[in-house]
Amino acid sequence: MRDVAIVSVAQTDHVRAEPRRNEVEMVQPVIQAALERIGAQISDIGFTCSGSSDYLAGQAFSFVMTLDAVGAWPPIAESHVEMDGAWALYEAWVKIQARQADTALVYGYSKSSPGDLPRVLTRQLDPYYYAPLWPDSVAMAALQARAMLDSGAITETEMAEIAHRSRTAAESNPHAQLKGSPPPEELLAGDYVAEPLRRHDCPPITDGGVAVVLAAGDRARQWADRPAWITGIDHRVDSHNFGARDLTRAPSVAIAARNAGVGYGAVEVAELCAPFTHQEKILRTELSLDDDVVVNPSGGALAANPIMGAGLIRLGEVAQRIMSGEVRRGLAHATSGQLLQQNLVAVLEGDS
Amino acid sequence: MGDPSSTQEVLRAPLTIGYDFKRTTGPVIGAFFTALAEHRVLAIRDTRSRVLCPPVEYDPDSGDPLTEMLEVRPEGTVTTWSWVSTIREGQPLQEPHALAMIRLDGADTSMLHVIDCGSPEAISTGARVRIRWSAEPAEGFANIECFELLEEDRDG
Amino acid sequence: MGERDDPAGDRSVAAMPEGLWTQPPVEVPELDMEQVRRVTEPATLVYTYTPGLAQTRFLRGLQEGRILGERAEGATDVYVTGRGMDPVLGRATTESVEVGPNATVTAFCVVHIGFGEKAPPTPFVSALIRPDGAAVSLYGTVLGIPYDEVRIGMRVRPVWLPESERSATFECITHWEPIDEPDVPAEELKGHM
Repeated sequence: MRDVAIVSVAQTDHVRAEPRRNEVEMVQPVIQAALERIGAQISDIGFTCSGSSDYLAGQAFSFVMTLDAVGAWPPIAESHVEMDGAWALYEAWVKIQARQADTALVYGYSKSSPGDLPRVLTRQLDPYYYAPLWPDSVAMAALQARAMLDSGAITETEMAEIAHRSRTAAESNPHAQLKGSPPPEELLAGDYVAEPLRRHDCPPITDGGVAVVLAAGDRARQWADRPAWITGIDHRVDSHNFGARDLTRAPSVAIAARNAGVGYGAVEVAELCAPFTHQEKILRTELSLDDDVVVNPSGGALAANPIMGAGLIRLGEVAQRIMSGEVRRGLAHATSGQLLQQNLVAVLEGDS
Repeated sequence: MGDPSSTQEVLRAPLTIGYDFKRTTGPVIGAFFTALAEHRVLAIRDTRSRVLCPPVEYDPDSGDPLTEMLEVRPEGTVTTWSWVSTIREGQPLQEPHALAMIRLDGADTSMLHVIDCGSPEAISTGARVRIRWSAEPAEGFANIECFELLEEDRDG
Repeated sequence: MGERDDPAGDRSVAAMPEGLWTQPPVEVPELDMEQVRRVTEPATLVYTYTPGLAQTRFLRGLQEGRILGERAEGATDVYVTGRGMDPVLGRATTESVEVGPNATVTAFCVVHIGFGEKAPPTPFVSALIRPDGAAVSLYGTVLGIPYDEVRIGMRVRPVWLPESERSATFECITHWEPIDEPDVPAEELKGHM
């Protein structure tokens, strides 16, 4: 295996709605910043991969349009996933492992504001048995929360505490969209949005994006004083047939974590992509995280949730804490689809 | 450069994207939908003898093709639910309702659907429900208009 | 299909498990009706779309009867319609540059089956048209000349809607028509076709 690291990260200041710029205008400054931070040009990049979905902004071939932001002519080696950018990073990592490239630019972004996001996300679901019911994504997540509450896996108080802790942590995240939170008692006095979920249990709707640069071996050491080496990465999928799943569990997370080698050392920080509060508890359980692990110091997806970017941001957040020397070893998790259907786990480490 | 200086000056326009997707059902989903039109519910047995409803073509665990369809009851039990108060176009009920996973009697997996039960106080996990068939013959899944509470549960 | 060893794998293609590519017959309880084979699932999503800053500038320009391209700092190529980027450099454009209105046909085809409410009577010519000063071409229709006389390198100009009927849309230019200038030689169009 080649040593591959994240060497640069840039993200937007996430907002509820970016009413003026289109997607390429929104994401170009982030791509440029990720390259400029390491003094790189697009000609230094061997492979470019992005994660996005046309459904979110109603923009046909959105990812083709955003290629204008990377200087794709003369033709570059490029690919795209209609998944969170973390899966684009996985594809780039494989490409580098296969020695098809030594460096990669990866980005994920979305503008969810042009449409009705909970309705748009129904189009992710099984087209015969689920999508015809147009079940909004918040009510779907609430089915999972209810199953956890019924089974005793979580309480509404714990859910409020997760919301409070996350958004309080987000106060130190300059990119976060939601910062600060009333105390849990006050949150619990709020009305339900989709019982048993209250507003604080739900992620914000976000326009934003993130870009990272990957590099192998000596190139990574050239570009970063302290590269965030990807020492393990895997992604797994649970059944799309929610009715055949135990919704309180996500076995795919545990398998991905094992294959990524999470248990081979202490985890100092974990960035978990849990758009809904109860999902953080599922992830902690599946990952067997110790109580002393710092979880989501960025605020996580509860503080900013650009669809197709929120998972890649988790990798970026851990990478930045390693590159800055704040931690030596961290875990990043990304999810795609609803109810933690698809999960990616990566272990990032700095040189000791 | 002469940037449009405020949000008012940036153009915006309504955009509607719609398609009538025509989907081939295949033999399993096709049989399930045909039975619904006859007000019957079919399921399929998987390789571990679990009964999957709604039926799928392949075993969720092993991927083996499944071939034995069988009938289950139009009544069932709520396994989890949430409350939908913001109604969106296309949803089966146009007033506040429960979204639920429902395990039909005779099945081992749950079906997603909605329950017409008035208020969240009327529903709970474990509630007994049954299919309310659409008043007019419909296409495929739409033959199920929604679920409703069984009398035994209302009284209890 | 003949048996073929998969050089990268551990089994030949012909050794794929039975049933992987076909579904065995399904036993179904007796049904009275003819089996459903296909269903229609309508799906409609509604958005409030914004074309963004650069395309807003372009469309507002059309409303004023001007074709506005964009150029990045230090670059020579002017892009129209501007999307806010120089797609070769991957940098944001910084300068608005008026191009045209006179232009050159860089590619065309003859359309025999028109669709859309505003399609001209067939046959007509759809073309890529490069406004003078622009690096790339716009899409448009060429009218005012028999379809079989249109050629690459032909000089054309836009025909605008009357000012009172214009809004900030691409439809401000109804079509393009020939002008009495010599054709541009093909070699001068290299890189723009």
